[in-house]
Amino acid sequence: MVAGVPHPREMAIDVVNRLQDHYGYLSDDSLALAAGLLEMTPLELEELATFYTFIYREPVGRYVIHVCDSVICWMEGGVNLVAHLLARLGIQLGETTADGLFTVLPVCCIGYCDRAPAILVNRKVHGPLTIESLDRLVDSLREDAA
Amino acid sequence: MSADYPQVLLKYRQPDRITTLEEYRQHGGYTALASVIQNGDPAPVKAVLADATLLGRGGAGFPAGVKLKTVADDAPHPRYVVCNADEMEPGTFKDRVFLHAEPHMLIEGMTLAAFSIRASHGIIFIRPEYESAARILEREIGLAREAGLVGENILGSDYGFNIVVHRSGGRYICGEVTAQLNALMGRRPNPKQPPPYATDKGLWAKPTLINNVETLACIPHIVNHGAQWFKDLALTPEAAGTKLFCVSGKVNRPGVYELPLGVKLSTIIEDCCGGMKNGARFKACLPGGASTGFMTAEHYDIAMDFDSLKKVGNRLGTGAIMVFDHHTCMVAATLNLTEFFARESCGWCTPCREGFPYLRDLLGRIENGQGEADMIPQIKTICRHLWKTYCAFAPGGVGPIESLLAHFEDEIMQHIEEKKCPFA
Ligand SMILES: Cc1cc2nc3c(=O)[nH]c(=O)nc-3n(C[C@H](O)[C@H](O)[C@H](O)COP(=O)(O)O)c2cc1C
Ligand code: SF4
Repeated sequence: MVAGVPHPREMAIDVVNRLQDHYGYLSDDSLALAAGLLEMTPLELEELATFYTFIYREPVGRYVIHVCDSVICWMEGGVNLVAHLLARLGIQLGETTADGLFTVLPVCCIGYCDRAPAILVNRKVHGPLTIESLDRLVDSLREDAA
Repeated sequence: MSADYPQVLLKYRQPDRITTLEEYRQHGGYTALASVIQNGDPAPVKAVLADATLLGRGGAGFPAGVKLKTVADDAPHPRYVVCNADEMEPGTFKDRVFLHAEPHMLIEGMTLAAFSIRASHGIIFIRPEYESAARILEREIGLAREAGLVGENILGSDYGFNIVVHRSGGRYICGEVTAQLNALMGRRPNPKQPPPYATDKGLWAKPTLINNVETLACIPHIVNHGAQWFKDLALTPEAAGTKLFCVSGKVNRPGVYELPLGVKLSTIIEDCCGGMKNGARFKACLPGGASTGFMTAEHYDIAMDFDSLKKVGNRLGTGAIMVFDHHTCMVAATLNLTEFFARESCGWCTPCREGFPYLRDLLGRIENGQGEADMIPQIKTICRHLWKTYCAFAPGGVGPIESLLAHFEDEIMQHIEEKKCPFA
């Protein structure tokens, strides 16, 4: 990926994404490896890694659920939906379920306001959601993982 | 309905798929590029774009023709064209809908812009939530390359222009031009105050033109049909072209509608969006994304164009219309918007980094019934400081707050006097 580009660090996000797709998150080892490839110091890459919403510096679940909490989803009942999801999974925002299946993280407006309230599961959008359709979604994700 | 008005960008929109390269060509796609390449002279492209008064569709409304001309003829190479498909302004989703409809219109528009400044490298900067659009673009760029429409020796000429897709890691500030340049270079995406301007020293200190998706997509049509045709599309004399309005919130049919600039707000809400949901009353809207101000029923019939909104102290922004009804608490809505700006501040300068959390706390206390009357002047003072920040993020973010104070002071006072949210 970095071969053939004049400035390796311009590939930083792509390299990090590739490692993250493979290992689920960006571990310290991955960070050091990526920094070497990108001809950056680990600290320079850490500056980027901690800046971006979709780079995870801690282990996450198999399904990373980003719940939109911006104004349109909020107005369309997003708060209740998130409360229901967290209660059902038995975790707080930012946590991962004990079985390692689900992590729930807040996210700013995801650009699907015409489908509010909406969430992303591993970057794929779902919406407009009701409590019932959210329950069905969680069930089907569990089944897929089994 | 929007179909009652001339459709330009979304004329051939399909419900569930893109217009293919073959279909796009059948509809006259890539003829603008072919004629310009055959002619070989970039000057007429620059001239027609300047005459058309195409204003940037990414939020700031800067004239695209003027920006093109700031790339000096003798500027160094390589030159870059960046397409801003970050679209992280809350309420905005027009570029997503467009990219899922007409990717080749963007590719052609970008290539025309590139030819006019003799750029060789193109980059589409896209947010991570739009992964499906990123994949569509990569695939369609490949097909266009096979057809000789981008890449080396475009249409057999000696002109070459390559386009790649750059996926962002996801932060609102990356939509701002100078932050986006830093992001593209693998640096921390803080804004950087000009000069130098991007068109002078942008990516790797080389001339770089950055435009929004929708701005670039207008270019093939202007080249084909001329500046006067483009101006005549708008309903108001000062405006030019159509606009992709994305409407969300308390309307029956949220979505993206292509309408002439200058169309009335009431027409958009009633005719296109089927009116207010559940028979509720229109209370206010943000006319152009989270960085604009609340507009009340007083302006329900306003002409939606850049000038008319400026005249009432507001902005057309991205054309993202977020509609609030009379059941919605405006303090709570503003609190939510302020939370967004507090979270997304890049942290570079103190007033913004510290100011938004402070405002969020004050608004939060008012909303939760712990407000006091002297908080209102405090909020005003902090807002004034937020106009003095390093980039345009913070002045945008105070838009909702200052307009809340201007139009809904009664509602704020009601929270304070009753010691609770009257809508809860
Ligand atoms: C905080 C901030 C975020 C922005 N986000 C975007 C964005 O997501 N997309 C966009 O096209 N312009 C965005 N802009 C505006 C750009 O800075 C710039 O004006 C625009 O991309 C230029 O293209 P245009 O002239 O074609 O509109 C943003 C500006 C600011 C201050
Ligand atoms: S105004 Fe905010 S976003 Fe802009 S540079 Fe300052 S801290 Fe960063």
